[in-house]
Amino acid sequence: MDRLIEQIPRFFTASNVMMLAEAAYMTLAITVVGCLIGFGLALVLVYLRQTPGLWALPLRLVCVTYVEFFRRIPFLVIVYLVLFFIQALTPNASLFSIAVIAICLYAIAYTADIIRGGLESVPQTQVEAARAMNLSRFQTTFMIVLPQAWPVIVPPSIAFAVSFIKDTALVSQIGVFELTFRGKELNNQGYSGVLVFGTIALCYFILSFPLTLLGQHLEKRLATPRGQRHSRKLRRP
Amino acid sequence: MNYTFQYGVVWKNLGELFDGAILTFQLGAVSFAGGALIGLFCAALIAYGPFILRLPVHVYVVAVTNTPALIQIYFLYYGLPEFGIRWSSEACLLIGLILNAGAYLTLIMRAGFLSVRRTELEAGQVLGLSIVQQVRYIVVPHIAKSIYPAMANFFIVILVMGTSIGSLIGVDELTGQAINLSSVNYRWLEYFTVVALMYVVLTFIASVGLALLGRWAFRVKARIF
Amino acid sequence: MLHLGVNDIRASYGALEVLRGISMSVKKGEISALVGPSGSGKSTVLRALVGLTPITGGNIEIAGQTIDYRSARSVRAARDTMAIVFQQYNLFQNMTVMGNVTFAPIKIKRRPVAEVEAQAKKLLDLVGLGDKHGAYPDQLSGGQQQRVAIARALALEPKILLLDEVTSALDPELVTEVLDTIRRLAGEGMTMILVSHEMAFVREVANQVVFMDRGEIIESGTPREIFDNPKTDRAQDFFSKILRH
Repeated sequence: MDRLIEQIPRFFTASNVMMLAEAAYMTLAITVVGCLIGFGLALVLVYLRQTPGLWALPLRLVCVTYVEFFRRIPFLVIVYLVLFFIQALTPNASLFSIAVIAICLYAIAYTADIIRGGLESVPQTQVEAARAMNLSRFQTTFMIVLPQAWPVIVPPSIAFAVSFIKDTALVSQIGVFELTFRGKELNNQGYSGVLVFGTIALCYFILSFPLTLLGQHLEKRLATPRGQRHSRKLRRP
Repeated sequence: MNYTFQYGVVWKNLGELFDGAILTFQLGAVSFAGGALIGLFCAALIAYGPFILRLPVHVYVVAVTNTPALIQIYFLYYGLPEFGIRWSSEACLLIGLILNAGAYLTLIMRAGFLSVRRTELEAGQVLGLSIVQQVRYIVVPHIAKSIYPAMANFFIVILVMGTSIGSLIGVDELTGQAINLSSVNYRWLEYFTVVALMYVVLTFIASVGLALLGRWAFRVKARIF
Repeated sequence: MLHLGVNDIRASYGALEVLRGISMSVKKGEISALVGPSGSGKSTVLRALVGLTPITGGNIEIAGQTIDYRSARSVRAARDTMAIVFQQYNLFQNMTVMGNVTFAPIKIKRRPVAEVEAQAKKLLDLVGLGDKHGAYPDQLSGGQQQRVAIARALALEPKILLLDEVTSALDPELVTEVLDTIRRLAGEGMTMILVSHEMAFVREVANQVVFMDRGEIIESGTPREIFDNPKTDRAQDFFSKILRH
């Protein structure tokens, strides 16, 4: 305890605080980039999964299997798999890109279900009207169904990304300079574990908590028809 | 890619991986059970308790759900010895996971408590049921049915995401065994692909079991896929 | 001159056969009405025409050309010829009235934007909604939405307009405005097939009435023949029940 109090002034130096700020930025950056790319690829996956016809059965099977597998493998194992696989392919790949790829693979599996639920929440009659007007499946999905599904898709996707800020702590294992990695580094330098990991926990809290509240607020607002109309006006003034 | 997969060494050590898988399952089950007790207690406090007691519960839930489980466990593992408390890796992992699961399960169970509508209780009173009977025949089945899918889903999360953290503080569960074994002969990809598959099988068995249990005990259709 | 020929078509939902050999023909400029009890397959005929419900037998030909519903190109050609208006309007909720009417002509038919918008304005004037260009569907009443849906279908410049119980989902006081719009189209010589429960309206505008029950055509003829002298028991029974109300 005495050691802890004695260390506080030495711990919160300008350089340490700067380093933690940069680490927090790194945590946020890999989460945002990974989840955004993952979201885009999940859209593609869901679109492929909805391909009709018997010939597309293997394709649908692959899409379903992907989602089921990646939801059942620990993120840590995925991180290691991506690390070793990419290193076997290209030894010079940056750790940042490896972390982003791992997050991306994981985010695809989780957001694909959210997106599918959103698309299925739009009445089938909208699809029929579109098809009867000669819109292709691609046009129907991306110009008619998806724009109406955003209020259902966006809030849980944001909630997923926010909760994923915490899970990115695991990429510290491959040496990405994010919060947890810096925490272990400082702990190894002899700073108190309580002090270091308490501070790191606080950093995560500062990143996560406001975004959680924002996500809940968004969910409430988009849940009402008024909110839906409002958000639509925001998109096309 | 100039990598040749050699799975021979993995098959030789499959027994140790199985040991890891069993430990993973045990850790997951104990963490979930402990977390469920905490969750039940805290959710009941939030739903029916006085404000003085609700506040600390809220603080606990918000603090835990907004920080990584890994940091919570590091805190126990690297921080507590400074206060003279020395727990083994397994103990740190278990206590960390129980506290972590407790917070998430509080949220799930609170939603269950809030879903019991007053009208249902009144219907029970009209039928002339005693308080105990109301709880036994109306409240508990209702809550169990409404939260079962979320609980089953969370069990898979803790089984997969939770226990694998143990490997980072030296617990020899499935991921830990993979790290131990592959650092001997550098067959990382082989070990981790096999371990990934074992996780899929393990959680699939758990999902099927939970779905059957849910159908038998609460007549709910839990999702296997 | 024969415009549309429906020859012995069949369709099923699962094990249930909803169309059991339907044959009819529609001439250019004529209005055909499908009437009969609910569940008789009237709407399914329209859905089969635009390829929303697959047919399991028979064929459909337009201007002598048989439509192959397994060929995407052939279906596209059929949908170019026919436009359908649904009971529940099915306007695209994410687009304004103007967006709904102009979307397909601009994006699918690739016609010039200015031309399409000018045409859309005329059509919206025709259906009496010239002042609602910028409104979203959920800001309109049911009758207004249905009139937008009619304008949207007309913007596709169809040879045949299919109207599927377009007044059934509307409050009684809104029915007239939609019927007036259809009456105006009839006056302009539009070829139409309509499914309707508005018997007085059908008698007024239709050239041909087809009475259906349980997936079969029981009888067909001019409105006078069908309404005043139904030959079959089933038709007599149905009309006596309906007209009593």
